[in-house]
Amino acid sequence: MLRERFKKTTGVFWGGTEEEEKKKPQVPDGMFRKCESCGKMIYEEDLCENLYCCPECGKNFRIDPWKRIAIVTDRDSFEEWDGEVSGENPLNFPDYEEKKQTLREQTGLTDAVITGCASIRGMKTAIGVMSPDFLMGSMGTAVGERITRMIERATQMRLPIILFCCSGGARMQEGIFSLMQMAKTSQALKRHDEAGLLYVSVLTDPTTGGVTASFAMLGDVILAEPGAMIGFAGARVIRQTIGQKLPEGFQSAEFLVKHGFVDRIVKREQMRKTLAVLLQSCGSC
Amino acid sequence: MESRMEDDTQEQMREEEREIPVEPEVSAWERVLTARGKDRPYAMDYISAIFDGFMELRGDRLFGDDRAVIGGIAAIDKQYVTVIGQQKGRNTKENKYRNFGMMNPEGYRKALRLMRQAEKFHRPIVLFVDTPGAFCGVEAEERGQGEAIARNLFEMAGIRVPILSIVIGEGGSGGALALAMANEVWMLENSIYSILSPEGFAAILWKDGKRAEEAAKVMKITAKELKEFGIIEKVIPEPEPANRDNMEDLCAALKTEILDFLLRYRGKDPQELVEERYERFRKM
Repeated sequence: MLRERFKKTTGVFWGGTEEEEKKKPQVPDGMFRKCESCGKMIYEEDLCENLYCCPECGKNFRIDPWKRIAIVTDRDSFEEWDGEVSGENPLNFPDYEEKKQTLREQTGLTDAVITGCASIRGMKTAIGVMSPDFLMGSMGTAVGERITRMIERATQMRLPIILFCCSGGARMQEGIFSLMQMAKTSQALKRHDEAGLLYVSVLTDPTTGGVTASFAMLGDVILAEPGAMIGFAGARVIRQTIGQKLPEGFQSAEFLVKHGFVDRIVKREQMRKTLAVLLQSCGSC
Repeated sequence: MESRMEDDTQEQMREEEREIPVEPEVSAWERVLTARGKDRPYAMDYISAIFDGFMELRGDRLFGDDRAVIGGIAAIDKQYVTVIGQQKGRNTKENKYRNFGMMNPEGYRKALRLMRQAEKFHRPIVLFVDTPGAFCGVEAEERGQGEAIARNLFEMAGIRVPILSIVIGEGGSGGALALAMANEVWMLENSIYSILSPEGFAAILWKDGKRAEEAAKVMKITAKELKEFGIIEKVIPEPEPANRDNMEDLCAALKTEILDFLLRYRGKDPQELVEERYERFRKM
């Protein structure tokens, strides 16, 4: 049923307006993409129908926030919040503004997260989706502020929160200000929690660093996509620190389930249903 | 004629300006080296010098006892407080024991246990921050380093007693922040507080870890810069870079400041404490 719905939206509507759609790089018809995992060449249309998971090996491709929103929320239900909130360049870091500007033009995103509200099977929820395409989803003041505002607004409106995490960690160009976003977002979640509201964090590939060490790990329920890389420190840093080989599957979603830090691994096609069950069972209004 | 005179006066003023001895500005990199210095006093040195007594309490009740962090009950001017500090070692043997002040998840969980205890018994909390960062290792990941830090940030936001955090050496990244979710954060003049080590920063952004000196400058990690940014409340002056031989005056000054903090926060409504802490980070 989900596929049916998704098929219809293919190429027409991915959650954004038509204008936003135009801004995004268009893939020419008939293009093939190579799966990073199994190496198979996949027809773009097949990939799209399969919710951007490899039909051969099941590898979950990284997807932009609009696709994510289209996959999990009711059609036309998403309303963006705080899209105008953008960070400054607090350290006056050279070329940083220019870099962000270029990325804005390339991706159609204004920073590494989109926040707002939507409904899932008719149940209203606040939702945030991070993007791997904008400086690797790194958290600077714009990301921290948008997420904090979303949490505060959800607390005020008594809404649950679903947050799709995807981040390389701190936004280095914003230095200490980036670090403070961990504190800012976490304390807002504390209040949301005290108000008795549900927070589901969904860890997608990759979720690391300061995002792992703040809101990603604070969900009442923590879900993850299959094979997602999730960790605090980067594997390379750990390898250098301890000077030995890392165990197989280290920092994969499956590894985190085994060690008790993720509740469930959820396939993309099951995500909407899973979230709906959680919203329903944890008292969404 | 008149304008000529003005010129002369200006010229003279410029001369005078030149003659005023200007203290050479200590570079960010020099501060980094001082903060990491071998003779730098560590948490336990400050605790012994400032507090009248300290009873260590150990363990996280879940897994173990992290020796990179010490915590317990201390007395200062006849008041009890909970003190927790990241502890480095002074030589190879000590550092093996202390893991260079790099905490594991059980360390953050121990700290949180002691902070909750402080809250239960209405003791203010004083934290000493001195870490290159949270430990990066396989076991740390297996036991949820990210979760442990996140949990501290989350829970500290709701602690209903005053929290003071003092960066005494290195304030490295999330590993430091997890002990700095405080009502006030102070830094010793020669301490640093940063998102990452300058070496790591240079390696990530410029693919060249050797440009650390340049990174230290760009990153703005010194006490003075962070005070200007409003990230911290106070810079504790070090008349000369602190070491174990000259720390007496510094500790006396620090003790006065800590007592002042305790006095300012005494009797404050717990909810107000939580509000103020929230607002402190909310504006960042």
